[in-house]
Amino acid sequence: MDVTRTEVADAPRRARSGNAARLGLLALPVAFFGVFFAYPVAAIVARGLRDGGVWRLGRIADVLGEPGIRHVLWFTTWQALASTALTLLVALPGAYVLARYDFPGRHLVRAVVTVPFVLPTVVVGTAFLALVGRGGLLDGLWGVRLDTTVWAILLAHVFFNYAVVVRTVGGLWAQLDPRQEEAARMLGASPLAAWRKVTLPALGPALAAATLMVFLFTFTSFGVVQILGGPAFSTLEVEIYRQTSEIFDLSTAAVLTLVQFAAVGAILAVHAWTVRRRESALRLVDPALTARRPRGARQWALLGAVLATVALLVVLPLAVLVRRSLDAPGFGYYRALTREDGGTFLVPPIQAVGNSLQYALAATAIAVLVGALAAAALARRDAGRLVRGFDALLMLPLGVSAVTVGFGFLIALDEPPLDLRSSWILVPLAQALVGVPFVVRTMLPVLRAVDGRLREAAAVLGASPWRVWREVDLPLVRRALLVAAGFAFAVSLGEFGATVFIARPDNPTLPVAVARLLGRPGDLNYGQAMALSTILMVVCAVSLLLLERLRTDRSGEF
Amino acid sequence: MLLSLDDASVRFGARAALDAVGLQVAEREIVCVLGPSGSGKSTLLRAVAGLQPLSGGRVFLDGRDQAGVPAHRRGVGLMFQDHQLFPQRDVGGNVAFGLRMRGAGRAEQERRVGELLDLVGLPGAARRAVSALSGGEQQRVALARALAPRPRLLMLDEPLGQLDRSLRERLVVELRELFHRLGTTVLAVTHDQGEAFALADRVVVMRDGAIAQSGTPLEVWQHPADAFTARFLGFENVVEATVAGSAAVTPWGKLPVPEGAPQGPGTLLVRPVGVRLVPAGEGLRCTVAARTFRGTHVAVRLRPQDGPLLEAACPLRLAPETGEAVGVEFDPSEVLVLGQGRPPRTP
Repeated sequence: MDVTRTEVADAPRRARSGNAARLGLLALPVAFFGVFFAYPVAAIVARGLRDGGVWRLGRIADVLGEPGIRHVLWFTTWQALASTALTLLVALPGAYVLARYDFPGRHLVRAVVTVPFVLPTVVVGTAFLALVGRGGLLDGLWGVRLDTTVWAILLAHVFFNYAVVVRTVGGLWAQLDPRQEEAARMLGASPLAAWRKVTLPALGPALAAATLMVFLFTFTSFGVVQILGGPAFSTLEVEIYRQTSEIFDLSTAAVLTLVQFAAVGAILAVHAWTVRRRESALRLVDPALTARRPRGARQWALLGAVLATVALLVVLPLAVLVRRSLDAPGFGYYRALTREDGGTFLVPPIQAVGNSLQYALAATAIAVLVGALAAAALARRDAGRLVRGFDALLMLPLGVSAVTVGFGFLIALDEPPLDLRSSWILVPLAQALVGVPFVVRTMLPVLRAVDGRLREAAAVLGASPWRVWREVDLPLVRRALLVAAGFAFAVSLGEFGATVFIARPDNPTLPVAVARLLGRPGDLNYGQAMALSTILMVVCAVSLLLLERLRTDRSGEF
Repeated sequence: MLLSLDDASVRFGARAALDAVGLQVAEREIVCVLGPSGSGKSTLLRAVAGLQPLSGGRVFLDGRDQAGVPAHRRGVGLMFQDHQLFPQRDVGGNVAFGLRMRGAGRAEQERRVGELLDLVGLPGAARRAVSALSGGEQQRVALARALAPRPRLLMLDEPLGQLDRSLRERLVVELRELFHRLGTTVLAVTHDQGEAFALADRVVVMRDGAIAQSGTPLEVWQHPADAFTARFLGFENVVEATVAGSAAVTPWGKLPVPEGAPQGPGTLLVRPVGVRLVPAGEGLRCTVAARTFRGTHVAVRLRPQDGPLLEAACPLRLAPETGEAVGVEFDPSEVLVLGQGRPPRTP
């Protein structure tokens, strides 16, 4: 009887202490997202849809009934579907080759294809404009222009998301045990059948996750469409920006924000589901063991085709961008960046480099702190449904209109005790919102992979719980933490949609400065924009190359 | 007593992994807990280490109740089944870990690491990476790591489980010799009877979370307490029987039993050496179903006309061919009437 009584008294107490620890870890992330994400977004939606204290939900039906808006919705959806299909078609061979073929410069190629992903969208748009637009490379060579067609947008989206597929699918592909396929071959399956029956199902969840991520990114595309789309093509995000900052129709913008919110929420729910399925037990091996030299003409041809695709699709636009920045003799555009021109900026544009680095460092610190705490809470084995729901919620900032967030910051965080309008911290806070999902997605697989018995071994040897964390967990996740920090840094550096609203005129970031230079006429401004973009690209590429060296064995989501 | 368990119980939901276990380990004693997988052996170690909270009962170390004492303050050592060496530290870093946690100085750490690596036969290995070690070397490092802080009780979870047979047989002798030399108190668990008998001063057989038998290796081997223990030790000739006087009625017919055997219905064990092969036509008539070479002898499986299969041990040159007909006689000194034990738990 004694036994039963203790047991009954004990079980809830243990469950409670587990919950308490988890809630303690989650407190900061929840507060952060509540104050700096949910509150500003809710505030701006309310501003648009409330009139005299009354919700005017009828506006939703009105707005959705407008033919122009329906056209935007339709275009947003089909271009996202087309971009996703095209990206998979182009990037899957690349994922395979970079995962399974061992060739000199493989790491360099992997880093190069990742550069576009962290480039500011304005830079991507500009690079493609320089390639396929009026007076661009194709125009000069063959008189071909694509900038008024949807192809420019689709190509830019492939350029942008190539790395998502290569990293997510290729990362898993590199770790699948080739002997599984060999076993199928020994049982009588043809090479194609073995691939279809063994490898494809194993890749399935990663493939689904990559597809959804690409769809999400292209569905919410802003900078690329803004620059390449012209008046004919507009996505939801571009339309929200137009309604907010050009037409000042806040109620239409609010409705569109809600529509995008609902669509992104649905996409993320599906994504969270596939991510969970991906964690099913797969036999993973060291990627170094699965890669081998290509053999035979067909494999060399495949490698050649992939490298040619990377050269044309990824390297060429970047090269054109760099070449345009060097058009003026003696690095003229670069030297112009150091001068005050008195018109576009109050300060020399080169100061944007310093601003960007400072903001990105602060944003990285915030994102790593919030993201690591959230990942630690989510990694606990006893994480319940509520916590897993929070996992999906953390991804929302990736999809919710950055324009909405930026504008929301301005109208929501303007009263004590949260009067941050004039504080420099506003920019890093907005940038950190986008960085946190990357930190969580990178840390989570590694934290989940730490064997609980290693912690027990340390405890039995006399380590207190805090020392166990310091001696066992920290060394194992240190590399993942650095990788996560690098991603957060690169993403913060390139954030545009929200920063453009809240960065102060005398403290522009690199992407904001680029966009401002592009918005002004004249060759000097254009050339300076190219030069600044090149600097931004180099900073991103260097941090990515460092990341590639640190990359953990376990593949994260990105 | 260095360690005593007093009605220690651990429940996972409705299942009792440990069911009111009472166990005492004296200082410098080597006790080996033997049981099939799922019998609660590892849970027993985890409960003593403080990694698994008890649902009932108590654990005493040096007479002190350990309720509320966390794992890192119990001062016991545990060697995990798969070693659990810290992958990011070298051999020396692993061995020194427990010393660092106790605040030992650098010089002392280095001295002790060198001492222990000499002891386990890996001198000068301190700077090697643990991933570069073979299974046997990892096992030695894990042992050195557990011994380094001089735990008052060293616990081993399937210490030699993952090693190959010849290495295991050599190491178990080394370990026993080492523990006796150091005067270490050891509580080990294993599912391998050979390992348990070679290592232990005392063997404790566990079944379904409870202790089925406890005694010296010889006692347990010669007098298994019940049918479960006998079968677990590898004896196959276990049948229900009714004893009357100096004979027992069994499915194999009437068997002689030693004098003073408990009377009435019971369970009978016939050791394989007590099954003597005689020419066909004498004794119980059997055919040879299979034979297995066991190194020093041949284990012969016999199918009698009635009753379950019989196992006999016979010298190499006398072993009959499969399918041959033989007769069987029983040696009363190798027949044992077993206790009832407790009835097996219905799942």
